[in-house]
Amino acid sequence: MGAGHGHRLHFHGHSPVHRAPAHLKILALVLFMLTVVATPREWFPVFAGYLAVLAVVIAVSRVPFGYLAKRMVVETPFVLFALLVPFVATGPQTEVLGVSVSEPGLLAAWGLLAKGTLGVLASLTLAATTEPVAVLAGLRRLRMPDLIVQIMGFMIRYLDVVTAELGRMLVGMRSRGYDPRSPRHWPVLARSLGALFIRSYERGERVHLAMLSRGYTGTLPDTAAGPPHAAHPTGAR
Amino acid sequence: MATPVLDVRGLAHAYPDGHQALFGVDLHVHRGERVALLGPNGAGKTTLVLHLNGILTAGAGTVAVSGLPVEKKNLAEVRRRVGVVFQDPDDQLFMPTVRQDVAFGPANHGVRGADLDRRVVAALDLVGMVDFIDRPPHHLSFGQRRRVAVATVLAMEPEILVLDEPSSNLDPASRRELADILRSLDVTVLMVTHDLPYALELCPRAVVLHDGVVVADGATYDLLTDDALMRANRLELPFGFDPRVVGSLPHATLPATSGD
Repeated sequence: MGAGHGHRLHFHGHSPVHRAPAHLKILALVLFMLTVVATPREWFPVFAGYLAVLAVVIAVSRVPFGYLAKRMVVETPFVLFALLVPFVATGPQTEVLGVSVSEPGLLAAWGLLAKGTLGVLASLTLAATTEPVAVLAGLRRLRMPDLIVQIMGFMIRYLDVVTAELGRMLVGMRSRGYDPRSPRHWPVLARSLGALFIRSYERGERVHLAMLSRGYTGTLPDTAAGPPHAAHPTGAR
Repeated sequence: MATPVLDVRGLAHAYPDGHQALFGVDLHVHRGERVALLGPNGAGKTTLVLHLNGILTAGAGTVAVSGLPVEKKNLAEVRRRVGVVFQDPDDQLFMPTVRQDVAFGPANHGVRGADLDRRVVAALDLVGMVDFIDRPPHHLSFGQRRRVAVATVLAMEPEILVLDEPSSNLDPASRRELADILRSLDVTVLMVTHDLPYALELCPRAVVLHDGVVVADGATYDLLTDDALMRANRLELPFGFDPRVVGSLPHATLPATSGD
């Protein structure tokens, strides 16, 4: 956190999946997720089918699987929870590797893991093949309320700024003998997160001032005048 | 005499917490002038700037832009006429791409389509940033972001450009490039700065604000060489810099219309 560019999800490429219109990709993702969630968890082979479909899409997109795998660590808390369920759930017990676990719990854990993993992998694939700006444009085309799209846009814009600010705060703290890994210092970390919140809030106020200064009245004007945003000559970084 | 672009009379302002920042400021800026607004930290410079486009409302006194009073019913037009470039470009550039950001101001004033596109490209061209038009602002260097921030305001075709600390945090090359850009613009400029050599280089006229009042108004060269005035207002020249030995100063072209 705060170091490097771990939150960057987009993988630059020119595959058919990259070129597909963003709103279609978002629709496909939502439909896929709804189908996965609605599938009874006992239909084991069907989940293998879902995974195969995803694998084909990923193969076509030419995003290296390792690239997605690294970013799947966001799922870790859910995995931990899923692994816990068979031990704490009630019901008929069964033996797995010599350990007695709850049978319905085991099934629940499987459902959680399978559906969660498919969801995370599918979302990462969308993020890897679609620029954030294109996702926003797609959401707008899908009639997502303008205010929500605006908020998401600002989030994307300022994620880097706020992370960089946190990074600078951590460097400043480290330079004065602070060790973020030591639990003794966690209260300081909590306070600095509070300070970061205040700073971000104040930045929000300054941004709002700058917007008012250029005639903002509550709705973002339609600035899409020139060529479509699909063409990003320099988007590769 | 022609109507001044900026006409501030007896402006006073106290913040809601009771802190009074301005005590009757008088300032007139005429078309085509480049004026530096100098003063120590806490002199009220930013407060004054925020009155010029109606972000803050005058406690007493008036502000008029080319004869148009800064009042609630005129705010949209006032904000088009007065382009404020804030100090931190990250506060100014909030849209996902440079193009959208520069288009934001004119689009708010109803410019659309090809007209909007023309304005965006023209503004970016003035600051030499056309090649970066489809980049996200946060992928630019600090100096480039500062230039795009200037373009976002130029796209509104303002009558006066108000810059808050334009040279802060710039490396010497970016600082000089920005000076070249500002000199090339055919627009009235009010520049808030602590960078006195920059003020001397760019602005024939300077105004010193201290404790919420204007304490000096004259040729930048004369103010910077007035040691008593400088000391009294916590203004200091950087080490080794002496305006008396700098050749080719803009004070030679001081417009006869400056001041009152």
